[in-house]
Amino acid sequence: MPSLWISQARVIDPASGRDEVGDLFVVDGVIVPSLSPEQKTNAEKIDAHGFIACPGLVDIHVHLREPGQTHKETILTGSQAAAAGGFTSIVCMPNTVPVADNAGTIQLMKDTIQRDAVVKVYPTGCITVGQKGAALAPIGTLKRAGVVAITDDGDCVQNNELMRRAVEYAKMFDLPVMDHCQDSSLTQGAVMNEGIVSTRLGLRGWPNCAEDVIVSRNVILSTYTDAQIHLQHISSLNSVDIIRRAKARGVKITAEATPHHIALTDSTITTYDTNFKMNPPLRTEADRQGIIAGLRDGTLDCIATDHAPHTDYEKDKEFDFAPNGIIGLETALAISLEILVRQNGFTLPFVIDLMTRRPADVMKLPAGRLSVGSPADICIFNPEENWVYDAKAGYSKSSNSPWHRQKLKGRVTTTIVNGRVVFHQGKMREKS
Amino acid sequence: MSWTRKHLLTLEELSLDEIEQIHLTAGAFKKILGRSVKKVPALRGKTIVNLFLEPSTRTRMAFDMAAKRLSADVISVDAASSSTTKGETLRDTAQNIEALNADMIVLRHAASGSPLYLSRILDIPVINAGDGAHEHPTQGLLDTFTMKERLGSLKGRKIVILGDILFSRVARSNIHALTKMGADVTLVGPATLVPHWFTDLGVKVSYDLRSALADAEVVMLLRIQHERQTSSHFPSLGEYTSMFGLNKTRASWLNPSAIIMHPGPINRGVEIDSELADGERSVILQQVTNGIAVRMAVLYLCAGGQPEHVLGTGDPQD
Repeated sequence: MPSLWISQARVIDPASGRDEVGDLFVVDGVIVPSLSPEQKTNAEKIDAHGFIACPGLVDIHVHLREPGQTHKETILTGSQAAAAGGFTSIVCMPNTVPVADNAGTIQLMKDTIQRDAVVKVYPTGCITVGQKGAALAPIGTLKRAGVVAITDDGDCVQNNELMRRAVEYAKMFDLPVMDHCQDSSLTQGAVMNEGIVSTRLGLRGWPNCAEDVIVSRNVILSTYTDAQIHLQHISSLNSVDIIRRAKARGVKITAEATPHHIALTDSTITTYDTNFKMNPPLRTEADRQGIIAGLRDGTLDCIATDHAPHTDYEKDKEFDFAPNGIIGLETALAISLEILVRQNGFTLPFVIDLMTRRPADVMKLPAGRLSVGSPADICIFNPEENWVYDAKAGYSKSSNSPWHRQKLKGRVTTTIVNGRVVFHQGKMREKS
Repeated sequence: MSWTRKHLLTLEELSLDEIEQIHLTAGAFKKILGRSVKKVPALRGKTIVNLFLEPSTRTRMAFDMAAKRLSADVISVDAASSSTTKGETLRDTAQNIEALNADMIVLRHAASGSPLYLSRILDIPVINAGDGAHEHPTQGLLDTFTMKERLGSLKGRKIVILGDILFSRVARSNIHALTKMGADVTLVGPATLVPHWFTDLGVKVSYDLRSALADAEVVMLLRIQHERQTSSHFPSLGEYTSMFGLNKTRASWLNPSAIIMHPGPINRGVEIDSELADGERSVILQQVTNGIAVRMAVLYLCAGGQPEHVLGTGDPQD
């Protein structure tokens, strides 16, 4: 592997506070302070003048669909989409077919990751057997098999006793529990946010109180067990408030927000476009503002995409019958820059922090830093590049994006994983 | 005055002028219905497919009859006989119907927004015959047509819609038509079935039956839709009837000349007293008859007809 010399980038490393125009050097997959004259001669030089070089982005919430639903996405295509979006570490959800509730499935994933993935992929395991919410999955065995967290993904554990025991048990292994907060008794048949827009469209509403109830439950259980619960894709203003007050008391709650919940609201669903259907649903402008405020003051720890690929023919249905979810890996950075930096005045280092060190720390991943000795996971992007996103031409196998054909600003030019350039100037590099 | 739309998807998107064009055209067609020979050649040679993927008696029969009165050929497909039971998608079903050279699709579907979805796929006109809890435009048109017949202009008239509003496409279509026509609309029913968000559509919401019915000139009752409800919207049909059912005492609060409407099918003794349903203030059966004329107008206009060809002569040509 050649050494790398990234020159004249604006280097932003939120962990160390570094923000300056300068160079980055990589030898043997690790960040080093400098190159020897000989190394400089042999290094691959990447001219990053005018670009930002930051830690490789970290996404702790993606769906890679393998095994079992490889018509939607694979570990190969999903990890390529990640690389194209500047992500070097991603955490994948266990709702595969079969679900990842046993060590064998995790091992199968790890073998495929080893063979195919172009970025670092960290699997999660289920909380309960079959993701059915009735009995605990073999959490210790899953940990031994290599999961970084447990979650029942979209099937939020409804039984409070079971959730309490899962959290208590997982704490033994220092394993975070991730929860999609949804009281399913409040959301029977629901397909979008409950409110003025659902009333107008005649669609079944998913009230934000269904999220608030479970967020509160998790705050209470986290307090009681003194264990970490990570709240996925917070969408409700009231939930942000509940989390804020819990954190003020020192409760070990962490939480994420998605690019789509900070960028879009339910009022965009006027034509029943299923590329605006996801779970939790897009909410009101007040909720959107609440989430942005939560990211600003640290109530919400990080940005995660909930990248959820579905094929065109699966999404091409009546709104009621289309599956939930949109892809997000290839647009997350541009959307976050637009909404948080340009529209809401966040600093660039802070937004990078929300997409690198903070999510890494939430999941305790060895990522999100550019300090000397760190693995050389690097994202280089041009914050000024205007481009039109063509979801059909993206690396994800699916194209279910609300930003298809939209003008975006800010584009990844190079993605480096363990010192290897995996994506550069619009192209994937072959794995050597 | 000219008609430019190919599809009839919602009343929300229609202008007041367009609603009036349909009403005028329907009025002309209604005259034909009183003749001994009830058929006109307006849609001769055209094939209309009634794709009814959700149960319906009244609407389907009225569309069927309307198409036949216009001399169109009609084929009706219901959920049980369609390939949707074999897993065929709506897109594929509809594209097959188009490939069979149908000239128009009338769609009844449980999913809100499905007529819009079809209209974007197909080249032929799509008529919404009820989509989920979204809209039932021809019902809204025939209801307002019936009200105008009885009351004249609806501007400033006090109209109450009573019952299960949340799940009602009939309510939504009527709300859009009535607000455009300047009526003073109040929605009444249990709070669980009449969410306050409806006020955003330009109507009032009330949970007090007495003040809502006082001096109202129209009360439109809606069926309690057991099939769309989870169990928790109200305690029981009995309690619903005792709190919100229209009985003689409550009907006496209405304006003396008020009419009682219901889109059907009615649950006698639940939302309405049996006697009231059959009483002289009830226009429930006139609504059904008007439903044919209104649907003739909609089929005729969306197939490319113009109101002025029907008006005056009462004898539309193709």
